[in-house]
Amino acid sequence: MRSTYTTERPGFVWVAPALLFFGLFGLGPVLIVLYLSLTDWSGLGAPEWVGLDNWVRLGEDEQVRSSLGITLFLTLLCWATQTPMALAFGSWAAGTQKSRAVVSSIFFLPLLLSTAAIALLWKAILEPHYGLPGQIGPLFGFNGNVLGDSTLALYAIAFIVLWQFLPFHMLLYQAAARQVPRSLYEAAELDGASPFQRFLRITVPQLRHTIIASSVLMIVGSMTYFETVLLLTNGGPGNATRILPLYMYTQGFVSFEMGYASAIAVVLVVLGTGLSLLVVRVTGYSRMTSQREGI
Amino acid sequence: MAPNVKDRPVLRRRRRSGGRPSYWSGLGAAFWLVIVAIPLYFLVATSLRGSGDYMSEGPLAIPDNLTFDNYLNVFEVGFLRFLGNSLIVALGAVGLVLLVAVPAAFGIVRSRSRVVATTFSLFLLGLAVPAQAVIIPVYLLITRMNLYDTLIAVILPTAAFSLPISILVLTSSLRDVPGSLYEAMALDGATNRQVFLRLVLPLSRPGVMTVAIFVGLNAWNNFIFPLVLTQSESTRVLPLGLWAFQTQYGTDVPGLMAAVVLSSLPILALYLFGRRQLLGGLAAGFGK
Repeated sequence: MRSTYTTERPGFVWVAPALLFFGLFGLGPVLIVLYLSLTDWSGLGAPEWVGLDNWVRLGEDEQVRSSLGITLFLTLLCWATQTPMALAFGSWAAGTQKSRAVVSSIFFLPLLLSTAAIALLWKAILEPHYGLPGQIGPLFGFNGNVLGDSTLALYAIAFIVLWQFLPFHMLLYQAAARQVPRSLYEAAELDGASPFQRFLRITVPQLRHTIIASSVLMIVGSMTYFETVLLLTNGGPGNATRILPLYMYTQGFVSFEMGYASAIAVVLVVLGTGLSLLVVRVTGYSRMTSQREGI
Repeated sequence: MAPNVKDRPVLRRRRRSGGRPSYWSGLGAAFWLVIVAIPLYFLVATSLRGSGDYMSEGPLAIPDNLTFDNYLNVFEVGFLRFLGNSLIVALGAVGLVLLVAVPAAFGIVRSRSRVVATTFSLFLLGLAVPAQAVIIPVYLLITRMNLYDTLIAVILPTAAFSLPISILVLTSSLRDVPGSLYEAMALDGATNRQVFLRLVLPLSRPGVMTVAIFVGLNAWNNFIFPLVLTQSESTRVLPLGLWAFQTQYGTDVPGLMAAVVLSSLPILALYLFGRRQLLGGLAAGFGK
């Protein structure tokens, strides 16, 4: 009877196009890359089955080990610099003072530039002869070639990543810090807590969900450092900045060893997804139910 | 003693609410302001310098002779075509995402089917898959579909990898719609299609806005998919155009900086006219 029919519910058909599309270009490739890692493929013709050859080679490849080390170091360095700064600046920018609004709108400006634009801008700034270090460096007895120095190049990349992504994470923390109830701060003030204590005891614990979300984004996003590295140093000097995604790209699209590159890609997928899940697990994200505990 | 103890917190609070800035955070903010401002100043100043002046003047000197020649030159090396390509990719990706993600979000929020719930967790899982790591299979798919070196080749994977976050944002915005509204429409005998068109579409506008900005910016800035899926000048997007400019005219730093400025102007305009929406779109779904 039509009259007893209360609410018609939408079925699978509403979700199907999105799922099909994402399955084809999003989840499908994860499976295909696993298959390709067991083949020899130059990018043309059909992939040829070679079993575990690529994986054996991967285990013996010194470059993979060193690239993996550089990748993890860079990811950790970027996380350790971005998180405290984004947390501090984000909660600072959450204040409603006019001056803070003006200053943070300038902080957000790097968000308007693409990764390519930022990499090329910094490459020009770090140009050994006419760039900043080239002009200032000689005063301190430094030749000014930051990107040509195997230690400095990696730190320079971490700094540029910080410059590029700090505003994004700051934005996340700013939005979250604005949701922290004022009453908590007022109570702490009545108890005589200093601004720093209030930050440490109220802001940080209240923002733990954001800290997790931001950390996961940084880990998954560390793959995008690939573009910065490609444009700035292309892995050099020597192999000093050859992070694993860049090594995969070079193997696949420069040497056309797509099968071997796929094996590296599988490592990247496992690494990216694994690290993110680890962060979520270790910090107990799934166990937390209320962000407003104790109120 | 007693009155003193009582007074102190009150005094502190008054100073605080008067907006007394914390010195350390103020100092830190000023420091970072300089770090942000210097490169941006360098960018604009250099783009207005003559190529000869670039070598003779210091990197941070105020340009002696302002010139717009660099900007004119950028237009001569195909900037407008790259701009057009980037626009097509961004609009295409946004359109494609909204076309499939809005109905999917409606389905996920309203359906009681277990299959649909599983689909949602698949999308959540997709959040953790890094696009960079799967460029090789995407390349395989695109070449097999005979789409290599077309703008559609860039649009398809860009849109696909934006789907998980888009669906997350849209579902959370649709969950705020009170169930009584759906029931009221159902009592009037409305079909799913009518509910979708007359209720869901109008009410999901804020979410759609956020998704459109997020996806559009991602597509606009995307580098890796165009890098591996296109090659000719006619399909070149802006970020690749910048790179090509740098490889071809490596020594012309003022020209390159002018190209960087020009490539960022559309987003700068967005920032100036819709700062709130732009920042909201950037932080899509994570700012909670």
